[in-house]
Amino acid sequence: MLKTYSYPKFEYRTPPEIASGQTLKVPVVVVGAGPVGLAAALDLQLHDVPVLLLDEDDTVSIGSRGVCYAKRALEILDRYGVGDAVCSKGVSWNVGRTFFREQEVYNFNLVPEPDHHRPGMVNLQQYYLEEYLAAQAASRPHIELRWRNKVVSVAQGCKAVTLKVETEDGFYTVETDWLIAADGARSPIRRMLGLEIDGKIFMDRFLIADVLMKADFPAERWFWFDPPFHPGQSVLLHKQTDSVFRIDFQLGWDTDPEEAKKPEHVLPRIKAMLGAFDKTEREFDLEWVSVYTFQCRRMGSFNHGHVLFVGDAAHQVSPFGARGANSGLQDADNLGWKLKLVMDGKAPAALLESYSEERIFAADENLMNSTRSTDFITPKSKVSRTFRNAVLGLAKDHAFGRALVNSGRLSVPAFLTASSLNTPDCASDVFTGRMVPGAPMDDAPVIDNGDEAWLLNKVGNRFVALYFADDANALDASTIAALSDLSLGSIAVQPLVITRKSGTVAGGIPHLEDPRGIAAQRYDAQQGTVYLLRPDQHVAARWRTLDAQKVRTAVARATCNA
Amino acid sequence: MALILNPNFAEAGKRYFNAYSPGDDFYEMLLTAHRDLSDEQSELLNARLILVLANHIGDIGTLREALNVARQGV
Repeated sequence: MLKTYSYPKFEYRTPPEIASGQTLKVPVVVVGAGPVGLAAALDLQLHDVPVLLLDEDDTVSIGSRGVCYAKRALEILDRYGVGDAVCSKGVSWNVGRTFFREQEVYNFNLVPEPDHHRPGMVNLQQYYLEEYLAAQAASRPHIELRWRNKVVSVAQGCKAVTLKVETEDGFYTVETDWLIAADGARSPIRRMLGLEIDGKIFMDRFLIADVLMKADFPAERWFWFDPPFHPGQSVLLHKQTDSVFRIDFQLGWDTDPEEAKKPEHVLPRIKAMLGAFDKTEREFDLEWVSVYTFQCRRMGSFNHGHVLFVGDAAHQVSPFGARGANSGLQDADNLGWKLKLVMDGKAPAALLESYSEERIFAADENLMNSTRSTDFITPKSKVSRTFRNAVLGLAKDHAFGRALVNSGRLSVPAFLTASSLNTPDCASDVFTGRMVPGAPMDDAPVIDNGDEAWLLNKVGNRFVALYFADDANALDASTIAALSDLSLGSIAVQPLVITRKSGTVAGGIPHLEDPRGIAAQRYDAQQGTVYLLRPDQHVAARWRTLDAQKVRTAVARATCNA
Repeated sequence: MALILNPNFAEAGKRYFNAYSPGDDFYEMLLTAHRDLSDEQSELLNARLILVLANHIGDIGTLREALNVARQGV
């Protein structure tokens, strides 16, 4: 059906264990090669952990599915080596229009904030993201991808997990120290282990269609409340790449999904919609259509012994706000470095509890925001509909009304301010701004060896002590010695000096320049300010003066070694 | 006191990292207050709420402005 995309078919090879009958022993298995499973494998390979990745299928996502990748996800994808591919293939949009019945209530222009590498979001069909991630994973020596390999049973011992895997050539057994379940909303692993996931089903259905426009159409996001061509419901139109637009029609609970999907019902709906704004007849082709319901729910804990749940397997949200794939990528980002430290015996298993705690905190924030959007978009009572319509009416003339219109809040990363891994600020160290302990790092333009670069591309994958100073040449010997010593502990901390003025930092310590002072401003830094940054680019601690002992104590705390 | 028509929600002591959060906090609170009420009960709740808030504002000039803004779109 798709005219703009041909699905790759990944090669199946007969696993050698079928003939040999031997049990395959590996340190980590990831089940599910969707965006989150692939991300988890790529994160672990950054730490040189070999990964066996099993997937029951042999291609990418069918249909566009996840379409909006937000800034933080793009920054994570940069670490996995696919950020450029996603950003150059994806499309940016800035103009959003909100309609209520026949009228445009208001529009907004999301001008990107200057001096960040990545935009607030790009739109891209999920199959492209998966294709890029799969290609990247296939190119890595430490990742073995096995397509059309289906896990049919799972048993957890006290030190290892045993999987039985089915292929077209027969069965084999895998014994793994760690299992990462990235096998989606219906997670067979979760079911086979008898684990619960609690929440609620929303009594609503949505029809989603990928439509190929034959003529130019503005790269905008259009959201309709109660439009004349689809009364009482909501409709969303979003631009994707290759002139393919994604349209989501709210159907309500009583509509027969199979009937709704039929072209004779879909086509008139889309036609009416595309002409509704400016009465222009637009030709289009239907590429893909599907009907979905959604649930808002999460597991009570994302770690169970040696099994770790990521992405939709652990938590599911409504689609408003693009919090599914985006939050799943952040799960992988949070888990990789922690699992590596535990596997190496450098951190206790409690560090994996913190994976669950931090990502549950984020999942609850995502559930809250997406539920609020759902309640606004699809009011469930007369009074909530009245309030919704009143907000839309006020939005036309008043800024406070526009701020209350909730057609989906863009996915932003959680500020992990309550995490036990953070070291709170000392009472005597006064800071302003957003970069509190637990915050996901803000990006900033920097100069690295004379070349323009981005701060976020210079940190990550390891602990970093970011030391702010005015003059690179003026660092005293004791500071240099203290910074150099940080890289010596069993958990190394990479020192990184960032200065306003150019020059040379003694002792061969890596050095960035911040000539416009943007990094210093975003981190509220002064001469001597130090930030301890986690491998996943969250702030762990910060001080106004460098004290190596305090840095070591904070590293111990951030790794559950305190 | 001029009528405030720009976003104005905030909770004392709470730190917001997203501009939309305080307004969404209020809106959720508002809908939660109506949960499980009949239409008639919801109408009564709204009336009571308006009276409580009006008394809190107190300033008749501001209330007149607010009533005009509200009435214009009906």
